[in-house]
Amino acid sequence: MDVIPKKPAESMEPIEQIKARIEAAVPGASIEILQNASPSQQHSLKIDNEHAHDVAKWLHDDPALRLDFCSNVTGVDWLDRTVKKMVKVKKVVDGEEKEVAETTEEKIPGYLEAVYHLYSMTHKHGPVIIRMRTADRAAGARLPSLTPIWRSAEFQEREIFDLYGIRFDGHPDLRRILMWDEFEDYPMRKDYREPDDYEYEPTPHDDVLERAKRYYTPRPQIDGAESIVEPLNG
Amino acid sequence: MSVTIETLEAMERPPVSMGSRLEGELLEVSMGPQHPSTHGVFRMNVALEGEIVRKLKPVFGYLHRNHEKIGENASYLGSMPYTDRLDYFCSMTNNWAYALSVEKLAGIEVPERAEYLRVILAELTRLQNHASLLGFLLNDMGAWGTPLMYAFREREKILDLFESLSGSRMMCDYMRFGGCRVDASPEWLAHAKKIVDRFPRFVDELEQLIVGNEVVIARTQNVGNVSPELAVSAGITGPMLRACGVNYDVRKVDGYGFYPRFKFRIPLGEHGDTYDRLMMRVLEMGESVGILKQAFEQVPTGPIINPKVKIRAFRPPVGEAYGRIEAPKGELGFYLISDGGTNPYRYRVRPPSFINLTILEDMCLGHTVADVMVILGSIDIVMGEVDR
Repeated sequence: MDVIPKKPAESMEPIEQIKARIEAAVPGASIEILQNASPSQQHSLKIDNEHAHDVAKWLHDDPALRLDFCSNVTGVDWLDRTVKKMVKVKKVVDGEEKEVAETTEEKIPGYLEAVYHLYSMTHKHGPVIIRMRTADRAAGARLPSLTPIWRSAEFQEREIFDLYGIRFDGHPDLRRILMWDEFEDYPMRKDYREPDDYEYEPTPHDDVLERAKRYYTPRPQIDGAESIVEPLNG
Repeated sequence: MSVTIETLEAMERPPVSMGSRLEGELLEVSMGPQHPSTHGVFRMNVALEGEIVRKLKPVFGYLHRNHEKIGENASYLGSMPYTDRLDYFCSMTNNWAYALSVEKLAGIEVPERAEYLRVILAELTRLQNHASLLGFLLNDMGAWGTPLMYAFREREKILDLFESLSGSRMMCDYMRFGGCRVDASPEWLAHAKKIVDRFPRFVDELEQLIVGNEVVIARTQNVGNVSPELAVSAGITGPMLRACGVNYDVRKVDGYGFYPRFKFRIPLGEHGDTYDRLMMRVLEMGESVGILKQAFEQVPTGPIINPKVKIRAFRPPVGEAYGRIEAPKGELGFYLISDGGTNPYRYRVRPPSFINLTILEDMCLGHTVADVMVILGSIDIVMGEVDR
């Protein structure tokens, strides 16, 4: 049998060109290409939060791209980390100039990230991956919602809010979706510690019993013997 | 069912043209999670005006076990059996989607025979999923038991095939990165071919039962209509999208596996109503039989797994990948981020039936409670995948 080559997805313009076109179309937007070293070669665009809505709208409406299908929306939690880099520095050692390798440490504060995988059902190409990052990992971390542009983000952004704790501004119905409403923590965060007992409720045993003792005089024993506990109010 | 009564002023009231009906209160009914036609533990809070649905909010999470967190704490291969439990009707396609994503992440080639076996098993999965879905749907509509038993008779034959190949009927755990776990014997292929050759008889039988059936038509036509614009915007995939007339099938678009080698057509609906969604399944079964017949003819001999893939201490390079396939319920995707370790840093499942539920409210508004069952059934949900 002849080997028929696998049909490549309909060719899409390179990501550098998309970046340049966004910057021309949305003034002030700062776009950064995040390279992906893995064999999948799926590079992504980091978009800034202020212009996220405009950029997403442009990606959706641009006739050449027409990214009308937002397939996957997800969160990623990046903890604080230090990156060690080997840098070669020229130094004078014993009167001779030598190249010496030095390690420098760079501290990168943690952040939460929302990732959108966009495809086009009209032109049948994709994916274009866009990412947004929060400033920090605090409980009130915020990002703009893209649900007004792609309805498919509705439940998925709710899920990110539920499991990662990113609040999406402009989401029509931001509630917990998988965990119950009274749940307090965000279980998909990397530093989440699960409680010993999910159903723990304070019982009246300790504090309440102690207080109750002050108001109740002990009952006389059935056999007529005197109580050994002295009444507190007595 | 718990019932609370809410006053009319408290809720927005859409215009009603019900003739001489008396003005009534909205009744809030909690349907599920223990309701036979919610296919598991799915719950909807429904506001009813008489019998008409005025508001509907799905409630999730009764089967939530944080599959993604488990995936991040297990090794790459260790997550493979867990993927069986996502959509427990279609463990083969779940395995394939996950294997495909890891293969993208690590750049693994798959031998030819393994690709053919994957296609064969995925299409068999599609056959049994669609057959049982139609059975359940007719069951929900009141065709009590009989069509479901017919469907299960056919499904059982395919599950027997899965069992003799992988050792398990439903939790197959069959695919591996770079291939498959065990080889199919010539006898197995011959037996599978026999079953597939007989399958069109069942499809025809079912089609006859549905196409001209007065009750089915009354219950499904013009019920739960979805416009193509809404479907695309809401990320609807699979037969539900194609019932609206949008031609988008990942098998054709991405051409993963060896699908470009097979001749098959994509059935498209016209109205996007429940009847079209039903017929999509019937027609797709016919196309799947066609793919299977071609695959049985073409399947070559050779290795079934790429020997270069490490089994122990498998570490993909740093990076990320999103892989997707056309599962019977829609586009099933896995998004993986590797930090160079033995566990994925991020493991995400894009569940088709969860996202297909986004527009459940839009589909049900204005219909009766009894139609909610039919509409929900036609979406084809499995709670193992919805709640993860």
